[in-house]
Amino acid sequence: MARIKASPRAPLDYARALPLQLWLGVVLLFLYLPLLVLFVFSFNDSRRTTVWRGFTLEWYGKLFENEGIRDAMLNSLLIAVACTVLSVILGALMAFMFWRFKFPFKSGLEGGMSLPIVVPEICMGVALLIFFAKLNWPNDLPWPVNLTPIIIAHVTFAFPFVAIVVRARLESFNRELEAAALDLGASQWRAFRDVIVPHMGPGLIAGALLAFTLSLDDFVITFFVGGPGSVTFPVKIYSMVRFSVTPEVNAASTVLIVITVVATALALRMQSKFAKEGQGS
Amino acid sequence: MSGSDDDVIIRIEDVTKRWGKVVGVDRVSLEIRRGEFFALLGPSGCGKTTLLRMIAGFEMPTEGKIWIDGQDVSAVPPNKRPVNMVFQSYAVFPHLTVYDNVAYGLQFDNVAKADQYQRVMKALADVKLDHLAERKPDQMSGGQRQRVALARALVKRPKVLLLDEPLSALDAKLREAMRFELAELQDKVGITFVMVTHDQDEALAMASRCAVMERGRLMQTATPANLYEFPANRFVADFIGSVNMFEGQLIADEPDHAIVESPELGGKIYFDHGVSGASGEKLWVGVRPEKIELVKKLEGAPVPTPEDSPEGCNVVAGVIHQISYLGSESVYEVKLANDRIVRVSRPNLSRWDQEDFTWDDPVWLRWHGDSPVLLQV
Repeated sequence: MARIKASPRAPLDYARALPLQLWLGVVLLFLYLPLLVLFVFSFNDSRRTTVWRGFTLEWYGKLFENEGIRDAMLNSLLIAVACTVLSVILGALMAFMFWRFKFPFKSGLEGGMSLPIVVPEICMGVALLIFFAKLNWPNDLPWPVNLTPIIIAHVTFAFPFVAIVVRARLESFNRELEAAALDLGASQWRAFRDVIVPHMGPGLIAGALLAFTLSLDDFVITFFVGGPGSVTFPVKIYSMVRFSVTPEVNAASTVLIVITVVATALALRMQSKFAKEGQGS
Repeated sequence: MSGSDDDVIIRIEDVTKRWGKVVGVDRVSLEIRRGEFFALLGPSGCGKTTLLRMIAGFEMPTEGKIWIDGQDVSAVPPNKRPVNMVFQSYAVFPHLTVYDNVAYGLQFDNVAKADQYQRVMKALADVKLDHLAERKPDQMSGGQRQRVALARALVKRPKVLLLDEPLSALDAKLREAMRFELAELQDKVGITFVMVTHDQDEALAMASRCAVMERGRLMQTATPANLYEFPANRFVADFIGSVNMFEGQLIADEPDHAIVESPELGGKIYFDHGVSGASGEKLWVGVRPEKIELVKKLEGAPVPTPEDSPEGCNVVAGVIHQISYLGSESVYEVKLANDRIVRVSRPNLSRWDQEDFTWDDPVWLRWHGDSPVLLQV
């Protein structure tokens, strides 16, 4: 049987160059092997985390029986939800302001918008710790009010992400759509609600998922701001690891990874899906 | 002055629009009559779109007043004006169906639900889209989206429909078809249309009257035929169609004829009518390419002066320099003795006409006494 001879490799067809394929493999291995080990050993039927003894779901069961972990998980979710709602509102308003209005020092302020993103987390943590100390923020408040400082801290670093995503989305808005709504009889407010907000939609959703994941897995800042009564999931895992790396920790980490990956994947999908739809305007 | 004349639907009174030192529209006064298809024509940046946006209410005049149907709307916001607009990008709401797009404006007019359905479907039928009411805009072609924009504006029964470059985004074939269709639609709905365009063919083909603008100023307002045949100034003559323009001096100025001598042409131009009011050292004469006749230059034959012109007028010799064959006509660029190029177009009435003249043929150019137009500015 005659085989169809493959055409020679084009100069920019890197996917067909063997050395590059190998390199890609090595990079992927380097990136994901540790996570894979963590994932696999969360199902290991042994106290020791280095030798495979067989499959079990025991650690996941233990995980959900552990009250400390459950409380931490609940705290984390509560903080993440509150942080998401506040970040989306603040971020969307900021994005809209920078998109719509002209005012003095606009470009400087717009640059400053991303400052919380680039400032090292450890500095943010220390700064917020001092901030709340200077305010004499009471640290004996009942649950869940005692989570407020963490929520505030999370919002400060999460809402610029929302603003950037929404701002980018607004760039593609056709200003004639708003003019058309006004022309057809809508008030400024109705035009905003009926035309601009639907356009912002995908950006709001993507920003919300981003804020949610950022809040959910933040450790450094939370560690500084949080108190003994407001332990979050990442902080709890850290404290468990300090004694020993148990399969329970593996299981807990796996759960966190799954939540984060799902949320991120959703965010990306929303963005690309609506980006396509937006072109039809 | 009030805007209450019965046959005037839009009166623009001495309107100026400035942004700081930039003047967008400069002291424009204009009346648009009820039921006409009016075109604002001009090169990009001439202020025509700004003027349209002032009629719609998206820009407010710095000076002057705008009246719509007897009402001073100078300070009325766009959502309270009895006009609707078809935007250049169509601006069809992408998240709504065709039906909801068209129905959107009716919710602000207190239209009963039952009437609403009737009116939306009627508007969609007017633009031949009633079968696509449930479609989303991203499943439609550019031409169909434009129809949605048309229906969405017409369903409001505006006193004036404003169209911003309505055909610029369509491909050539569809553009030509839409020209007829828009004119037909206007006939059917009987609403005054005001269109902005930079395309003179579009304006001439569709409008009943045109205003030509340049650098914020109104240059001339006239019917398409008058714009073409009786341009008021050099800008209009040059912008509408193509023209050969010669500078010269008036050497005879009688009630029934006039003669301009033009060194640029290397000859005299005879007018078989008076040019009352013409004055000044410098004058320009415009002659349209299709009004010039090409005659073969034969050895020993006399100068073929046109019968209606005196000896030596309205005739000049040249050599064919360049030919562009366009199918229905051919355009010849003829080089005169002084190297000046004159453009002549000639319809290809028979299938062999384009073979009558070829490169480097010596020719005579001649034209009748009623062909040239005298232009002063």
